[in-house]
Amino acid sequence: MTSENGTPLLELQQINKSFGAVHVLHNVDFSVYTGQVTALVGDNGAGKSTLIKCVAGIHPVDSGYILFNGEKVGIHGPRDAAALGIEIVYQDLALADNLDIAQNMFLGRERKRGAILDEAYMEQEARNTLARLSVRTVKSVRQQVASLSGGQRQTVAIAKAVLWDSKVVILDEPTAALGVAQTEQVLALVRRLAETGHGVVLISHNMNDVFEVADRITALFLGRVAADVKASDVTRSQVVELITAGRSGDLGLAASTAAENI
Amino acid sequence: MSESTQSESPRASDVLTQDTAFEADLREQSVSSALRDYGIRLRSGDLGALPAILGLVVLGALFTALRPETFLSNQNIANLLVQALPVTILAMGLVFVLLLGEIDLAAGVTGGVSAAVLATLLSEQGQPWYLATLAGLGTGLAIGFVTGWLVAVLGIPSFVVTLAFFLGLQGISLRLIGEGGTVPINDDVIVALANKNIPLVAGWILAWVCVIAYAGAGLFGWYRAKTKGLSRPPLALVVTRVVVVSLLILGGTSLLSQDRARSPVVFLGGIPWGVLLVAVLLIICTFLLGKTAYGRHIYAVGGNAEAARRAGINVTWVRISVFMIGSTIAAISGIVAASRLNSATPDAGTRTELLLAVGAAVIGGTSLFGGKGKARDAVLGGLVIAVIANGLGLLGAKAYAQFLITGGFLLLAASVDALARRRRSATGR
Repeated sequence: MTSENGTPLLELQQINKSFGAVHVLHNVDFSVYTGQVTALVGDNGAGKSTLIKCVAGIHPVDSGYILFNGEKVGIHGPRDAAALGIEIVYQDLALADNLDIAQNMFLGRERKRGAILDEAYMEQEARNTLARLSVRTVKSVRQQVASLSGGQRQTVAIAKAVLWDSKVVILDEPTAALGVAQTEQVLALVRRLAETGHGVVLISHNMNDVFEVADRITALFLGRVAADVKASDVTRSQVVELITAGRSGDLGLAASTAAENI
Repeated sequence: MSESTQSESPRASDVLTQDTAFEADLREQSVSSALRDYGIRLRSGDLGALPAILGLVVLGALFTALRPETFLSNQNIANLLVQALPVTILAMGLVFVLLLGEIDLAAGVTGGVSAAVLATLLSEQGQPWYLATLAGLGTGLAIGFVTGWLVAVLGIPSFVVTLAFFLGLQGISLRLIGEGGTVPINDDVIVALANKNIPLVAGWILAWVCVIAYAGAGLFGWYRAKTKGLSRPPLALVVTRVVVVSLLILGGTSLLSQDRARSPVVFLGGIPWGVLLVAVLLIICTFLLGKTAYGRHIYAVGGNAEAARRAGINVTWVRISVFMIGSTIAAISGIVAASRLNSATPDAGTRTELLLAVGAAVIGGTSLFGGKGKARDAVLGGLVIAVIANGLGLLGAKAYAQFLITGGFLLLAASVDALARRRRSATGR
């Protein structure tokens, strides 16, 4: 797997974004590496969602570059992001309750033979994808999504994202609504995504989750990158300080910058 | 891939509970476990066609007991089927609209206007029947497009849009036909739709083609699923379903092929053309909803429009096109109703037609909340509605009682739907 010194799979350089007079992102640098989980942490309003929406092509950036495999790319819409292999699993899962697992995973991208749906292919491929992720909690891919638990739904949403040969999977608060056991399942799945060669971005408020699965941590503080560090180099309390104050010891923003923004 | 899952499943089953690792997909399902699954589905509020079938059996038994010599007579069965035609067809169009969680209150009147257009072209302009029919269907299509556009693009609730159309279209009917008037329909083809029967031999050939095709598709589909290792119902269940449907088709054909003329001199028998029309519509709609990506998208938009949008489905177009389908089928229904009366009237579709059709769809198992329903629901529910009307007629029930009883049935069906939905959301997660 690519080390941190190698070329990042996805790299954002000096991204700026304003909504009217509000400057939301200040010269943000952000990197995602193949086979690694990068946690994106920050308080509410720090700019996590805006950053992700820039990557997803929902918001255009005001200035800065997006590099994919070291090459500059333009992402002007969700389709551009999908074409590059960037898939986002949103917090509200965007599954249709009245359809089954296989139908949901192929929704909008159904495989057809002539005019007829190729159910055999889709059912097998859905099962293969879940098996590849070592998902063993599902009884049948022909189960309606309405009958699934929260963890199983999250699993289906993630599997849907990797079905399409995706390179980067961005997970927005995947464990926010889950119980302890289900959180464990989903975190194991997040780890497996990285092991199967995806670049994974995990947005989370939960420090336990972050330290359990993340290789790198990028902390945002009021629209600036406070720190971009290896998870093994920092402690939990340091990260909390970075999130709440923008600095921790010699890590983080210069004291003057941090203070002026508060 | 199948090798690895198979080699892993025994090991997994040692550690994990039975409900894991695609157990249900890989094991050959037994009849008892399939029945158990069905029981679970029923208890979780997914009643499917059960209420309609129970309703048919109970009502059929009741009316047979009360009017033994008339209710099950050949004449009455054929009569009942023809009575059921307009409501059944209208309900089939409404199934599409209901699948989105929308409603089309103007569907009945849309049929009325389409029939008025057809009748005017036939009788006053002397156009051939196919042009008139095309114009009638085009009228429905256009009404559906405008309705769908107002709902999907402007975002007006469908309830309001179609209520406005319900009134407005009655005006158009009146303008076309003239106050208090009727336009007679004398064209042989249009009149035959609800008044003539298919030649006996052709009826039998069609019945056997249907039976062979249905059995072939069912068994071949099962075999293909088995060889590819896909999830499938037990073979016994597939065979039972094929046998029951085949018996219904052949039994119905045999019944309808007998002479039901009151006079011994003439022969009157065969499947009514309208029944064939319903069968064709049923096959087309079932195929569209179940086998095509477009049908899948309709279910997705009805289940979770936001999920559909994020999956790249053009939700606006799905909405507009569904109203177009619903209104076009409503136009067919209006034409069949006019054929039965041999005339177009300005008040066609303004009375109980729409409510009966909504009731038929809901009794058949289509949800008013969207995302759940099948084309066959319209046929089953339409039969229930027709049996009620027909049976009460035989009993000589007064008009007020017919209204009360039919209204009660609609309310009952809607209550079952609402309770089932509550049940589903309670047990769903």
